Amino acid sequence: MMAELLHPFVFLLASPLLLGVVVKVKAFFAGRRGAPLLQPYFDIWRLLRKEMVLSRTTTWVFLAGPATGLVSVILAGLFVPMGQVRAPLGFTGDFILFAYLLALGRFFTVSAALDTGSAFEGMGAAREVTFACFTELTLFFSLIVLARLSGALSLSRMIPAAGSGPVPAAGAALLLVAAALFIVLLAETCRIPFDDPNTHLELTMIHEVMVLDHSGPALAAVSYGAALKFYLFASLVAGLFASALPLSSAWPWGAHVFALVLVAVMVGVVESAVGRLRLVHAPRLLIAGGLLAAFAFVLVVKDVP
Amino acid sequence: MLLILTGIAVMALSGLPGLFPAVAGERGKHVSTAGTLMGGALGVSGLAASMIAGNSPEMSWAWGLPIGRFSVALDSLSAVFLLPTLVAAPLASIYGQGYWTESEHPGNAARLRFFLGLMAGALGMVVVARDAVLFLISWEVMAVAAFFLITAEDEKQSVRESGWLYLAATHLASLALFAAFALWHSATGSFALEPAGSSAGPSGLWTAIFLLSLLGFGLKAGLMPFHVWLPGAHANAPSHVSALMSGVLIKMGVYGLVRMTAILPMPPVHWGSLLLLLGTVSAVLGVAYAIAQHDLKRLLAYHSVENIGIIFMGLGLALVGRSLERGDWIAFGLAGALLHVWNHGIFKFLLFLGAGAVIHAAGTREMDLMGGLAKRMPRTAALFLVGAVAICGLPPLNGFVSEFLIYLGLFQVLQSSHAVSWGWPAFAVPFLAMTGALAVACFVKVYGVVFLGEPRSEAGRDAHDPPAPMIAPMVVLAGGCFFIGLVPWAVMPLLGDAVSAWAPGADPQILSMAPMGWISAAGGSLLGGAAVAFVWLRRRAAAAPRAGTWDCGCPAPSPRMQYTASSFGQFLVSQFAWALRPRVHKPELAGLFPAAGRFESRVDDVMLKKGVAPAWRWSLRAMGRLRFLQQGRIQVYVLYVAAFAVVLLAVSMGIHP
Repeated sequence: MMAELLHPFVFLLASPLLLGVVVKVKAFFAGRRGAPLLQPYFDIWRLLRKEMVLSRTTTWVFLAGPATGLVSVILAGLFVPMGQVRAPLGFTGDFILFAYLLALGRFFTVSAALDTGSAFEGMGAAREVTFACFTELTLFFSLIVLARLSGALSLSRMIPAAGSGPVPAAGAALLLVAAALFIVLLAETCRIPFDDPNTHLELTMIHEVMVLDHSGPALAAVSYGAALKFYLFASLVAGLFASALPLSSAWPWGAHVFALVLVAVMVGVVESAVGRLRLVHAPRLLIAGGLLAAFAFVLVVKDVP
Repeated sequence: MLLILTGIAVMALSGLPGLFPAVAGERGKHVSTAGTLMGGALGVSGLAASMIAGNSPEMSWAWGLPIGRFSVALDSLSAVFLLPTLVAAPLASIYGQGYWTESEHPGNAARLRFFLGLMAGALGMVVVARDAVLFLISWEVMAVAAFFLITAEDEKQSVRESGWLYLAATHLASLALFAAFALWHSATGSFALEPAGSSAGPSGLWTAIFLLSLLGFGLKAGLMPFHVWLPGAHANAPSHVSALMSGVLIKMGVYGLVRMTAILPMPPVHWGSLLLLLGTVSAVLGVAYAIAQHDLKRLLAYHSVENIGIIFMGLGLALVGRSLERGDWIAFGLAGALLHVWNHGIFKFLLFLGAGAVIHAAGTREMDLMGGLAKRMPRTAALFLVGAVAICGLPPLNGFVSEFLIYLGLFQVLQSSHAVSWGWPAFAVPFLAMTGALAVACFVKVYGVVFLGEPRSEAGRDAHDPPAPMIAPMVVLAGGCFFIGLVPWAVMPLLGDAVSAWAPGADPQILSMAPMGWISAAGGSLLGGAAVAFVWLRRRAAAAPRAGTWDCGCPAPSPRMQYTASSFGQFLVSQFAWALRPRVHKPELAGLFPAAGRFESRVDDVMLKKGVAPAWRWSLRAMGRLRFLQQGRIQVYVLYVAAFAVVLLAVSMGIHP
C-alpha cells in the first residue's frame, strides 16, 4: 500500500533523472565526463523562470499543445506499474486509455507545431504522426501478447505477471515482446536511430523541430513531458525484465530501479553505438518491431492450458 | 407507435408546402424547418414514451397489395437507429436555413428541402418496417430522395457524374436486397422480418441470403470494396446533405445487416470472420485514402469508410461470438458497434457542417488553398476541433468510448481458454490501433492546414464565422460529443437492451462491468488538468512579446512555404503506396538555375479506376447489342413488362399446375 502511494511521487519527481543517466552513458562512450545527472532538472527550472516569446501567427492552440501534452502523459503515467509496484489507478482495459491519452497528447503537440505556420515544424509534425502509426501497431501487438501471457487486462496486473502467467514456456514470447517494446520506446521518446535529440540541423529533426517556437514555461512543460514519457516507456520495458527477475517480489523497488537503470543504460548504449536511420527506413524498423510481437503472439496464442 | 409514425409522416412531408407558389421562398424555408422540428419532436416523444413504458409497440395491417403487409414495430435495435434520424434531420434543416439560402440557390432550394424531408421520413420508415416489402419500398424512397439531394447542383459535370455513380450503386444494392428477400420468402414462407427458427431451411440458402444482404447493405454502408460511390457523392452534395448522408443514411446499411443477422438462424463462424476482415480492411485503407486527399469533403467521406469499418469490426466480433456462444464478445462487440453508429453520426455530422462553413467562407474545397482560418472563424474552428478529436477516438470525447468497447471485446477473445476459440479475432486489435493513429495523422493535417498557420490564398483572408443557424446545430453536436464521452454510463442501458434484442443468448450484464465510471473520471480529470495547465501557460504568456515564427535562417518565409495537405501526407502516402497508387508528376530539374516547374500529386480511388470503371466500360460494350430494345417510348416498356409477367405466369403455372 505504501509502495503504491509512493508511485506517483517517484514518477513525477524521478523522471528527469533517468534522462540524466542516458546522457551520462552517452558521455562515457564518447570519452567525456558529461553533464551532471541532475542537468535535466536544472534545464526545466531555468526554462520555468524565463519569459515566453510567441509567434504572431499562433492561436490558443499553440499553448494548448504543451498543456494537453503534459497533462495527458501525467494521467497516462498513473496507470503504468513500476515493476511489481502497482500503479495507483487501474481498471479493465486501462492500457487502451494509456495509449489513447498519449495519442491525445500527440494530437495537440503536433497541432501546436502546425500553428506556427513554419515549414520546418510542419516537417517534424508530419514525421511524428507517420512514425506513430507504426508504433501504435507494434504497441498493440505487444499488448495482446501481454494480455495473453498474463491472463489479465490491466497494466498493473499484466506487466508484473507477464513472466508467470498461465501460458507455459512464455520466455521466448516475453523476450520478443520486450524487444518490440524497446523499439517502441526508442521511437516514442525520439531516440537514435529514429531521431536525435541533440542534432543541430532542423531538417533532420522530428521532435525537437516541432517545438522550435516554444519557449520559457511552455518549453519547460514540453521537456518535462518528454522526461515523463521516457520514464513511462522505460517502466514498461523494465517491468518485463523485473517480472523475470527472481527477487522482484521481495524487493519491488530495488528490482524496479535496477531494471530501469538497465533500460536507460541500454538506450544510452544504442544511442552511442548505432547510427541514425534514414528517415524513409525508420518505418521498416518499426514494422520489424511489430513483427517481433506478432511472432510472439503466434507463439502464445495456440498454447491453451 | 402512432406518435412515431405521425412524426415520420410530418417529417417526410415537411418540404411539400414549400413547393407551392403560395409558400415559396423564405416562408417555405421556415415551414419546412418547422415541419422537421415538429416531426422530430413527435418522433422522439413517441420513442421516449415507449422506452419509459419498457414495451416494444407494434402495428400491423393488411394493405391490399398482393404481397406483404403494413407491419411496423419498434424494438431497441430500431430505437438505436431511429433516434439519430429524428435528431439529425431537424439539425440539418436548421443548418440549411443559413447554408442553402433562397437567394444563393433560387433554382433548387425548395426542391432540396422537399427531398431532405422525404429522405428523413423514409429513413425513419426503414428502421421501423417489419415487413420485407414495406422495408424495400421505404429503402427505395430513401435511396431515390438521396439521389436528388446529391444532384442538387446538377448544372455541374462532377455532380452529375457522382450522382449517376450513386444511382448505379444504390440500384445494385436494391437488386441484391430484392434477391435476398425473395430467398427469405422462399426459406421462411413469409415476408415478415421475424426471427427464423434455427431448424428451417438448408444452410446454403441462409448463406446466400447473408451474402446478398452483405452486398446490398455493404454497398449502402460504403464498406470497402463497395465504397466506390461514396467519396464522390459526399463531396459533391451540399454540406448538410453530406452530413445527413454520412451521419445517418449510410448507417442504414449497418442497420440492415444488424437486423438480418438478428433474424437469420445460427450463423456459421465464417460469416462473422468475413465481416471482421472486411471491417479491418475498410478501417485501415479508408483512413489511408483519407490522408491522401486534398479535397476537404472527399477526405471526410473516406473517413466514413474508415468508421464503417470500425463498426463492422464490432459487428463481426459479435457475430463470431454468436457462433461460438460467447455472450461477452456479443455484448462488447455489438454495443461498441452500435455506440459507434451514434458517435460517428454525431462527430461526422459536426465535421461536415464545419466543413460546409469553411467551404462557404473560403469558396473552395481545396485544403491547400486554405489556412489560418482559426483567427478568422474562431467559433467554427473550436467546434471543428471537438469533432476532429472525437473522430480520432481520443479521450475525453465520445469516439473513445465506442472504440474502447470494441477493443475490450477483442481483448476478451484472449481471455478464453475455450479450445475452439483460439484468439484470432485479436489480430484485429493492432490494426484498430493503427487506424486510430492514422486518423490522428489525418485530422491533425486537416486542422493544421485549414485552420492554423497563415492563409494560403486571398479568399481565406476575409473569411468570418457563419450566422447563428449554422453555428447552433454544431454546438448541439459538440455537446453530444462531450456528453457521451464524459458520462458514457448513461447510454449503456439502452445498448444493453439492443444487445439482448439482437441475440437472446447475449450477456448484456457484462456491459455494466465495463469501466465506464473510470472513463468518466479520467475524462473529467483530463479536462480539468488540461484547463489548469492551459490557464497557467496563458497567464505566463500574457505579457509575452510577439515576434515572427522562427524561420531557421530563411530570410523571407511566405505562407506558400507552409506544409500543405499534400506535403503533410506525403510520407504516409508513400508508406501506403502499394494500396493507394499515387500518381505524381514531378518537374524536371536541370542545371544550376532550373526553370519554373510544376509538381502535382493525386490519389484516385484504385477500386473505382481499376475495378469498377473497366467493368463498366466492358458491360457498356456488351450491353450495346441489346440497344435495339431501347425504344425510348414508355408504351413499349409497359409492353415488355406485360409480356414478361405473362411469361412468368406461364412458367409458374407450368411448375405448379
